Amino acid sequence: MSKVQDTMVVAVIGAGPAGVRACETLARHGMRVILIDEALKPGGQIYRQPPEGAERPGEDIYGFEAAKARRVHHVIPALAERVDYRPQTLVWNIDKVGKAYRLDLLRDAKLQTTTVDRVIIATGAVDRVVPFPGWTLPGVFTLGAAQIALKSQGVAIGQRIALVGAGPLLPLLTHQYLKAGLKPVAVLDVTAISAKIGALGGLISQPATLAKGVYYTSKAWLGGAPIRSSVRSIRALGTQRVTGLSFTMPGERTGEVACDAIAASFGLRSETQLADLAGCDFEFDSQSHQWQPKRDSAGRSSVLGVYLAGDGAAIGGADVAELAGARAALALIADNSGTIDLREVAQLDRRLNRLATFRRALEQAYPFPTHLLDNADDTTIVCRCEGIDAAALRQSVRTQEPREVNRLKAFTRIGMGRCQGRMCGHGAAEILARETGVSIAAAGRLRAQPPIKPLPLTAALTSVERMGER
Amino acid sequence: MTDLSDDGCENQPQFRRLKPRTGSVIRFVIDGRPADAMPGDTLLTAILLNRGFLRRFEFGDGRRAGYCLMGACQDCWVRYADGRRERACTTLVTEGVSVVLDMTPHV
Repeated sequence: MSKVQDTMVVAVIGAGPAGVRACETLARHGMRVILIDEALKPGGQIYRQPPEGAERPGEDIYGFEAAKARRVHHVIPALAERVDYRPQTLVWNIDKVGKAYRLDLLRDAKLQTTTVDRVIIATGAVDRVVPFPGWTLPGVFTLGAAQIALKSQGVAIGQRIALVGAGPLLPLLTHQYLKAGLKPVAVLDVTAISAKIGALGGLISQPATLAKGVYYTSKAWLGGAPIRSSVRSIRALGTQRVTGLSFTMPGERTGEVACDAIAASFGLRSETQLADLAGCDFEFDSQSHQWQPKRDSAGRSSVLGVYLAGDGAAIGGADVAELAGARAALALIADNSGTIDLREVAQLDRRLNRLATFRRALEQAYPFPTHLLDNADDTTIVCRCEGIDAAALRQSVRTQEPREVNRLKAFTRIGMGRCQGRMCGHGAAEILARETGVSIAAAGRLRAQPPIKPLPLTAALTSVERMGER
Repeated sequence: MTDLSDDGCENQPQFRRLKPRTGSVIRFVIDGRPADAMPGDTLLTAILLNRGFLRRFEFGDGRRAGYCLMGACQDCWVRYADGRRERACTTLVTEGVSVVLDMTPHV
């Protein structure tokens, strides 16, 4: 083991499957690791552990994935003092200071900074959302939210629930709600069955996963959940809260269902703010229809010393995340003259390649439903935080002529609210692209600004605790 | 049967508990009125099992009841009676807390 490695401190941001496996690999190679995570316990969103008092058997919460979830949960406690684990801690900024990185943290409503030599960013993903009329009404949630409510809290988001989606989460969640004894009143898939048939060739590359997808879908059918495909547009009805969902289908057909809750989202979107603040280059990936930080196959970003793994780098799911976390850690160790087992690297690469084939097919089966925005009417709110509607964005495009989404932000405040553009950024870029005729890639992406999440003013007024200064 | 009408329904709970909990009841306060929660409930869960919303929208009409439940969208910031605010989906409810959802006085 070289001298460099003995003193080097690595921060891993995010304790989901990618971050946890990165920590494990680093610790196994004798590295000093700080694991920083916003949640109470390790697991990330997919293997999220319920808070104390809400625990249930793993099989009940994670289904087929219970054993995997358990293995991920056990990693950090087993590493004990070899990893400096900091739960309930937000990294709200990253700054390069000389050759090191300063992380600005929020913990227990107090500000801290910690300085580290290397960073592995494993910040995961959030539901990808599309603005639609009525989506700010109480009772409208994301599919991920509906799943968290069920898995982590044992509650349903309503009594009469409509689910809308474009991804494997839709049949899974339908199955989970049915299993919990609540039949959704409508299940709307905004993608076409033809896309799934077209993708079958690639999906067969992971037969076990495909079988699970077929299982959930058929269970949902057999459970009597009314499933519709190729939905063209949706609208949440109600004035004070959700009272219904109306939708359109090909051939001018329409439908309406009374409901008191709607969960709607369309695949996942990488949480990339910290990669952005660390200075990583980005590229638009046309297949997944989203911006991703550039990285090599091992997870090296464009910035020396910054590595990317898991859904925060590109959407790949939990299995990919575990492998990618370990792979990025090995790259980091090798880059700092540590000794790694090349057979382990080759094995990880082989498995990652196989899963990449499956992921490409999944993107083909569930393409991003840009058609939902085709007829977004002027009154549709795009910015949930401050209530900026499509009309305001369109008027700005016509009169002030922004050709890129950060200019549109300067004119309209889109992306300046509390969510910092997480919920509105993509929708705003889509509207800009449609109004101007520029491509969605040319419309750009909102640049991240610190703090990436709101800080309490009381925290900002107290003195900052500095750790690991050098 | 759920009443799906729109008027005066903000006091109707949004959430419904599917999995029974054990432990001792946590008592807290919503807009000056007593409410119950269970250990392990987030502040968001605790409020939405009792009410239909979390806050009034400060930039226009209407109310909000959270959205992503994973600390990303910032839709669920709730005000305590002492003036502090907290993101309700990432905060656990605790005994005796008092939240103010509706700033308009009750008749």
